[in-house]
Order: sequence, then C-alpha cells, then structure tokens
Amino acid sequence: MKTWDWSYTGHVLPDLLRGLLVTLEATALGSVLAFLLGLVWALALRTPTRWVRWPVGAVVEFIRNTPLLVQLFFLFYVLPTAGITFSPLTTGVIGLGLHYSTYTAEVYRAGIDGVPVGQWEAATALSLPRRRTWIAVILPQAIRRVVPALGNYVIAMFKDTPMLAAITVLDMLKQAEEAGAESFRYTEPITVVGLLFVLIAYPTSLLMRALERRLGN
Amino acid sequence: MATDIPHQTTSETTAGGELVRFEKVTKRFGATTVLDRLDFTVSQGKHVTLIGPSGSGKTTILRLLMTLLTPDDGRILVDGQPLDAEVRKKIGMVFQQFNLFPNMRVLRNVTEAPVHVLGLSKDEAVERAKGLLEMVGLGGKLDAYPTQLSGGQQQRVAIARALAMRPQVLLLDEVTSALDPELVAGVLDVLRDIARSTDITMLCVTHEMNFARDISDRVLMFDEGRVIESGPPEQIFGAPEHERTREFLSAVH
Repeated sequence: MKTWDWSYTGHVLPDLLRGLLVTLEATALGSVLAFLLGLVWALALRTPTRWVRWPVGAVVEFIRNTPLLVQLFFLFYVLPTAGITFSPLTTGVIGLGLHYSTYTAEVYRAGIDGVPVGQWEAATALSLPRRRTWIAVILPQAIRRVVPALGNYVIAMFKDTPMLAAITVLDMLKQAEEAGAESFRYTEPITVVGLLFVLIAYPTSLLMRALERRLGN
Repeated sequence: MATDIPHQTTSETTAGGELVRFEKVTKRFGATTVLDRLDFTVSQGKHVTLIGPSGSGKTTILRLLMTLLTPDDGRILVDGQPLDAEVRKKIGMVFQQFNLFPNMRVLRNVTEAPVHVLGLSKDEAVERAKGLLEMVGLGGKLDAYPTQLSGGQQQRVAIARALAMRPQVLLLDEVTSALDPELVAGVLDVLRDIARSTDITMLCVTHEMNFARDISDRVLMFDEGRVIESGPPEQIFGAPEHERTREFLSAVH
C-alpha cells in the first residue's frame, strides 16, 4: 500500500480549498467582531460607572475562562432551545468573535494605558470634548501600537477555526474528515490541511513581527 | 446666563482688572501640603512669573488652573467665575514636554481644537493656524509630523496650538526645561514677541531667570506652598528682601 497517493491528493484538494475559503471567511468575520467587541469591552471597563464596569468585567472574565468549544456548543445546541437559531457558520463567527474579544479587550487596554498621560492633559488643556479626545487623540495612538498584538490573535483565531467542524461548519478540517470518511484515507487530506495552515499562519506571523519592528520605531 | 445672575461680573467689567484669583487654595498630595491657603491674583494683560525651588508648588498652580488637579480647599476664580470646564476655555497651556499629538501633522495639531471646540470652519481654522505657525517660524512645516521636528520646533508648535484657541490666559509650565540648550533661545524669543505684541495674560513657571526678568510685570517667589515674596522683577532679582529668595537666586545663577 502506498503511503502517499498524489492522485487522491489532487482529488480531495478542491474540497479542501473550498473548506479553506470557509476557514478564512470565519477568521475574517470573527476578527472584525473581536476587534469591535473588544473595543466596546475595553471602553466599558473604563467608564466611571461601576454599574457598567462590574457586569462587563464579569462577562469578560467568564468568557475568557471557559473553553471556546464549550461556548460553541452552547451557542449551537442551547440557544436554539430558547428559539434563537443561526446558521452553523454564523454561530461559529459569533463564538470566535466573542471569545477572542475578551483577549482583544486586554490588548486595547494595554494600548490605551500606553498612551502618555501628557496626551490626555493636552486634550484637557485644549478643552477637547471627551468623545473627540478618544476618537482623534487616544485611540489612533493606542491602536497603532497594538496592531501586531491584534494580528497575533487573528493568527490564533485562524488556528482555532477547526473547532467549528464540531458544530458542522464545512471548514477545512470538516472537509478533510468527510473526504477521509468516504475513502478511508485520512493521511492526505489531514496532512494537506496541516500544510495549508502552516502556509498561511507562518508568513502572517512573520509579517506581524516585521510590523511590530516598524511600529516600534 | 448673565441676566439670571445680575451680580456676576462679566469679562467687560473686569477688563484691566483681575483675571485669575486664588482664594485660600490648599492642595495636598497625601500627607504633603503643596499649597497652603494660597492667595494671589493676576491682572488682565499682566505677565506673572512663578519662581522657587522644585516642589514648592509652582507647577501645581498651573495644573489647578488647567483643572488637571482640583483644590482640596479654597476656590479659584477666572474672570470672576468659579473655575469649571467652560471657564477653562479661556485658558491655554504649554507643557514642559510639548505634548503634541504625534498622530497628527503640525497643521492639524493647531486646527483640531479650534474646529472641534470653538466650532470654527476648517478654512478659518487653517487660516488661523497658518498665521500662528508663520509667527513661530514654522510656516514651512505644516505637513510634518511632530516626531520629525526638533524639540524647540515642537514647543513652538505647541505655543501656536495653545494660541489658536485665543485664550485670555496662557500658562507656561517650564517650557524650555526639556530642550537642548541651543534650542532654548528660539522658544523664548517667540514668547517674548507674544508678550510684547499681544495683550494676553501670562502665568509662567520657569527656571530661566533672564527670561523671567525680561517679560515679567511681577515675580512671585514660592517656597513650601506659600508666596514668600513678590514684586516687580527689578526688586525680586535686584534687591530681594527674603533670605530664601536670596539663597534661591544665588543657587540658580
């Protein structure tokens, strides 16, 4: 028996690439959600009102300290019992985005803390409204310095997308599994999936490192 | 609104009168009393310099005026009104560390607040900013980012940025302390020009005694949270009465 069958590899590749598109889609949409929600958490955790700060803090800690897979199952199996149903991919995107938003919130927090206090003071001295201070002065500086850190979470999320296979999303891993189940050959599809992950994740992480160096100056 | 409070002084009635008033202002940091029931006034159009050893509370006065700190006791009046966010718009400040916005080009550093606080149109704000940047000698640097400028240039942009708000009072907090020695003169020249050619009130903390002598109408000598001596610069620098003033002046000269 051959250990590696090239023609079979060629046969499963289109399905795997279709899966890759789903994986990339989930990562992209999940990232957008994680970036936006994380910013909402980070800002909410800074409000002077403890009635906002405490509940948000509790929710963020809860999400951060439960496994993504459990959250995905909850969204996929439990929410429909309350009448809330999404497609598997939408459920996956919400799960990924929500989970990673608790990490991006921390990244934003560090970025905001890193903005020198003199920037706040200059904004006060010019009587810039609070909102304008955030939008024009603080966030542009905070986000600029955390772009690489956010990028690293995108890579982490990308590598977590196979979990969506567990809630029937036809991502790369699910495609590989189905191909394997059909032909009883798992070596090629699973290996190709691994290679595709490396091919995308590694150059991206190099890019982030380069970006980090550039923004560092 | 003035009609609701008839006794309230308006800026017209105080023209030439006092613009800044500290009444028994106390500020503590933990167990340290930085300002101890401080009383002093600054009249419209005057240039007042605060001198004294580090930690004597000079910078605290500017930060209280800018509402970056709040007094523990006493009150601060500006143009006859208790200091709040609205009254603060009459005050501008230049910081020791410049504090320009690094994400904005020079021009936008100067137009940002006039547009978003005073409600100027973009064109008006740009015109005003260009005029001021020209005045501080940086008309050719409109599109530069702050980090591309020298410290002295950055500080001159910061001066233009503060003036663009047309403040009645300009606070100068050790504005040359962070500069390389060869860049100090350019900044001080700009400030001398402003002191001579405008009627802006200045409240200035500095270690540049020659500058203080040049521009000041009045010099206040601080020590341990109190004004121990005040008078025209000729008197303070020429014939100081207080022993601590003499010690301080001989130490900085």
